[in-house]
Amino acid sequence: MFPTPIENSSSLIRIGYKVILPIALFLWLLPLLGIAFTSIRPAADLDAGNYFGWPSNFAGVENYTSVFTRSNIGYYILNSFKVTIPTVIGTLILSTLAGYALAIYNFRSNLIIFFLFVAGNFVPFQILAIPVRDLSIDMGLYDTSIGLIMFHIAFQTGFCTLFMRNFIKALPVVLIESARVEGVNDWKIFYYIVLPLVRPAIAALAVLVFTFIWNDFFWATIMSQSVSVRPITAGISELKGQWKAAWELIAAASIIAALPPVAMFFMMQKHFIAGLTLGATKG
Amino acid sequence: MSTPNRRPPPSLTPWLFLAPAILFFSVYVIYPVIQSVMISFLDWDGLGEKTWVGFENYRDLLDDPSFYTSLKNNVIWLLLYLAAVPAGLAVALFLNQSVFGIRLYKSLFFFPFVISNVVVGLIFSWFYAPNLGLLPNILDWLFGTPIAVLAEEDLVTYGIIAAGLWPQIAYCMILYLTGLNSINSELIEAGRLDNAKGFSMLWYVVLPQLRPATFIAVVVTVIGALRSFDLIAIMTSGGPYGSSRVLSYFMFEQSLSEYGTAMGYGAAIAVVLFAIMLVFISLFIVRMLAQERNA
Repeated sequence: MFPTPIENSSSLIRIGYKVILPIALFLWLLPLLGIAFTSIRPAADLDAGNYFGWPSNFAGVENYTSVFTRSNIGYYILNSFKVTIPTVIGTLILSTLAGYALAIYNFRSNLIIFFLFVAGNFVPFQILAIPVRDLSIDMGLYDTSIGLIMFHIAFQTGFCTLFMRNFIKALPVVLIESARVEGVNDWKIFYYIVLPLVRPAIAALAVLVFTFIWNDFFWATIMSQSVSVRPITAGISELKGQWKAAWELIAAASIIAALPPVAMFFMMQKHFIAGLTLGATKG
Repeated sequence: MSTPNRRPPPSLTPWLFLAPAILFFSVYVIYPVIQSVMISFLDWDGLGEKTWVGFENYRDLLDDPSFYTSLKNNVIWLLLYLAAVPAGLAVALFLNQSVFGIRLYKSLFFFPFVISNVVVGLIFSWFYAPNLGLLPNILDWLFGTPIAVLAEEDLVTYGIIAAGLWPQIAYCMILYLTGLNSINSELIEAGRLDNAKGFSMLWYVVLPQLRPATFIAVVVTVIGALRSFDLIAIMTSGGPYGSSRVLSYFMFEQSLSEYGTAMGYGAAIAVVLFAIMLVFISLFIVRMLAQERNA
């Protein structure tokens, strides 16, 4: 293990480490703690210049309630779920199928297709924006959840196919080979042998895609307008303009917007990190 | 990795598996790239007639001071954002212990990456805000001069980058923590016997083994820097006086925002950004290809 395990060091260093650890964490999360504190502060405190002192009273319930009553944030949250969940499902279906094909079959254009998916995954959104928005308008999908879902599925498929393909390639080939020798057809191999084995990859990608799409701001901004479609990221950026100085409300809205991916992360931490660190260990 | 003798495929089957993904990806990713390149040669307001103008949009870009501001800021983003890689390594080394509760510490250090950039932008808008922001108050207390970072043309980009580094360092940290986890302990022990310690151990024994993590950290950081958009949109809308624009935001202003109708011009900006990114994408692909060949 590197660095040297702290247990093997002198007691001074051991104690020092345990003291520094919480301090470092406190400093690291200071901006977040600040906004959390602001979100439970009464507006009067901010008017009176009590920005950092102890809140004069706990206004958390009021602030969070008025975020919901004074804005459409309830709709925005619902809209985000309406876009995020179908995207996760659609992306997983497309990329599992494609990843299987690219991992298992040897055909001439295999690598070219694979690298197109990889490369597409890195293009800047701006070079897609004008044509994708026009296409969505033409298909009548502008300012609808479906329009956002379709694009997100397509774009996320790039990354997820890369992931799936590498994951399936690392599976024991003997299983697939012997099924083939037995004469099992390709769809059955996919469904009965490969699909159960890729469950960890599906879990990892599901959490990752959920977080990416929930947190998407660019497409949410340019592809939606109405209250019944706008996802939360686009929604709260509007609120910032409306509530200029009402930081206690902006703070509360920020915390609300951050909660779903945070909850997802803490519930599925292992899968989340497995997905994110793909390739970080093998050379 | 083993590549066994795969049976010559029934020719149609792989394509059936690939069809839905290829269809979606072509319609929404591949084809739009080509279309944007085409649009960059047009004078077009998005609705009316399209006029072919050749390279005029690109020539106009070269005369546009906003273009140079954006380009310069992109370079600053790229260079400073890369600090996330060594910083992430430092945090990972700091946390790679097994004291009580360390797993929770790691999760909480990773936390900023999980929340959306919009929220990070709002958090830092508050952090920098004049009067009530934490930073101006700290500066006032230390030096007697509160500085509203986001209102200063010379500082604004650095202020936004600092906000972006927060989640990016967390990302690099998690990559390195995973890398450190799978390090060959025999090599470390051998290094210890050879009297390698501290920095020389890190440099000669540990870092070479962390190369895959470093590679990914650099790739995601470079791409992240060039993609920066959300924080700028949330924190400054490119201001003050356009001084915090980058190419992605400049393009948005020209073609996608409420008043943006210069499709050809915006597409030209996007093509320039794409060309810059293509350099890095190619490097990445070349390296991945080398890995495939060795596999």
